[in-house]
Amino acid sequence: MLCAQSLQIRRGQKTVLDGIDLDLEPGQILGVLGPNGAGKSTLLGALSGELQPAAGQVWLDQRPLADWRGAERAQRLAVLPQTSTLDFAFRVEEVVGMGRLPHQTGQVRDDEIITAALQAADAFHLAGRSYLALSGGERQRVHLARVLAQLWPGESGQTLLLDEPTSMLDPLHQHTTLQAIRAFADRGAAVLIILHDLNLAARYCDRILLLEQGRPHALDSPDVVLRPEPLKAVFGLEVLVQAHPERGHPLIIAR
Amino acid sequence: MTTLVKPRTLFIGLGLLCLLAIWLSLALGPVSLPLLDTMRAALRLAGVPLPAAGLEQAEMILGQIRLPRTLLGLAVGGVLALSGVAMQGLFRNPLADPGLVGVSSGAALGAAVAIVGGAAFGGLPDAWGPYLLSVCAFLGGLGVTALVYRLGRRNGQTNVAIMLLAGIALTALASSAVGLFTYLADDGTLRTLTFWNLGSLNGASYARLWPLLLVTVAVALWLPRRAKALNALLLGESEASHLGIDVEGLKRELVFCTALGVGAAVAAAGMIGFVGLVVPHLVRLLAGPDHRVLLPASVLAGASLLLFADLIARLALAPAELPIGIVTAFLGAPFFLYLLLRGRT
Repeated sequence: MLCAQSLQIRRGQKTVLDGIDLDLEPGQILGVLGPNGAGKSTLLGALSGELQPAAGQVWLDQRPLADWRGAERAQRLAVLPQTSTLDFAFRVEEVVGMGRLPHQTGQVRDDEIITAALQAADAFHLAGRSYLALSGGERQRVHLARVLAQLWPGESGQTLLLDEPTSMLDPLHQHTTLQAIRAFADRGAAVLIILHDLNLAARYCDRILLLEQGRPHALDSPDVVLRPEPLKAVFGLEVLVQAHPERGHPLIIAR
Repeated sequence: MTTLVKPRTLFIGLGLLCLLAIWLSLALGPVSLPLLDTMRAALRLAGVPLPAAGLEQAEMILGQIRLPRTLLGLAVGGVLALSGVAMQGLFRNPLADPGLVGVSSGAALGAAVAIVGGAAFGGLPDAWGPYLLSVCAFLGGLGVTALVYRLGRRNGQTNVAIMLLAGIALTALASSAVGLFTYLADDGTLRTLTFWNLGSLNGASYARLWPLLLVTVAVALWLPRRAKALNALLLGESEASHLGIDVEGLKRELVFCTALGVGAAVAAAGMIGFVGLVVPHLVRLLAGPDHRVLLPASVLAGASLLLFADLIARLALAPAELPIGIVTAFLGAPFFLYLLLRGRT
């Protein structure tokens, strides 16, 4: 399980993230929302060990994150960055297979997992094709399948960090992708996901962290966080919030 | 890219190609030997007990001249191709060249120092002059690469973009120093320097061959152990580290293997361009970018290609001999352009 204690990140003299206390609970999806430049990706960088905190600590299973050896850490923690630059013509299943690198489960098991992960990300029909021949959204789903394969099948004690996994997807795939992530979390993994779409966050997240200029403005359930006042305070956006007519979760409409 | 050659087929094909290249390289030259005699003499040299009758001359030419030259060609071609794969992996760019980290220009500078400096001190003794040249070239390549690597380091991390730019700057600096030595050189020295810069497998001897063979075998055994890590590195440095790869260690190994490999190759045979760039590219077209196939296949392809280039160098103007660097550039540059233009359609 991943948790952060009074985390602070600086770039040069500037404090870009401060006062972050966070527990990622098994089986839960934590959504991170905030305007551009609020520090969402910085938070993800700090939680994944890419950025060194100026103060505070990130813990993975009661051990400081930096103390973990590469492969051991990678078996528990997978990270999907916002964009990937892969300029070589790997086949789709080879890209997904790279997710199995930290494991020694053998080719047969790996192939099963690659198939399952591709199906979960609705990308199985892309198998056999060159990665370079795919569209942006298809590439994004292939990379999602790669990080799912890295933790497959997903269990308590594992953590998945996702930076805007739906940014290039069509409306249908935004939902199928988040449903796949929901199913993954339901098997026990803890998920942190950066999103921009308030309604997707309202529907799929268990808790929401609202970031404002590098500081947490709110951290609570969607019902509490996604109200007109906090959204006005953080985004400067006037909204109406209603209950979803069928599902009951908050539905956010710009005024 | 769906019609890739299966790895098995590729290795059989490249293996046969390499054997053919070795055979022709042993047989052809100023004194061409019958192909069958070549094979029998080669087998005898390898310790197969065949009757020696009528093979004395073939055996002598093979043992003294052709075999060291062929081994030199195999090692130079193999290690240059491997270094190309390593650099293209490090820079995550299929158009990267081993020369990018400054090893070639550093080696050229080392050689210029040895050739011109040696002449200034009244000429080097024939006995150890060539070795001094090789050692200087090797150290020059290693030194400049170490400097490029050092310049790319910041806060315990290596920034490959800065390394790339530092490599370009130091290559320009080393070239200007070579230019200065060229300006200072007298006619005889100038000729040596020019020919060295064009590369040649001529004058191969076992004594100069062993260090390169050792380096080649070491690099060829070491890099494939990092094949999966290299695959992951192509995703990006942070992605690779999230997959559990020690990215800093891997980058250090790639630079070190390239400096060692190219340094040793240039020290033994002078500057030979385009092999490190074109061979990995060619293999990728045939078999895809997976380093588990790419690395060993590039060794075979690079070795074969260099032997064929050397055959052209030996035979095109026989009995005179072309510098092999001219041949590889003459074939490599148009091929490189073809690759560039092909991507646009």
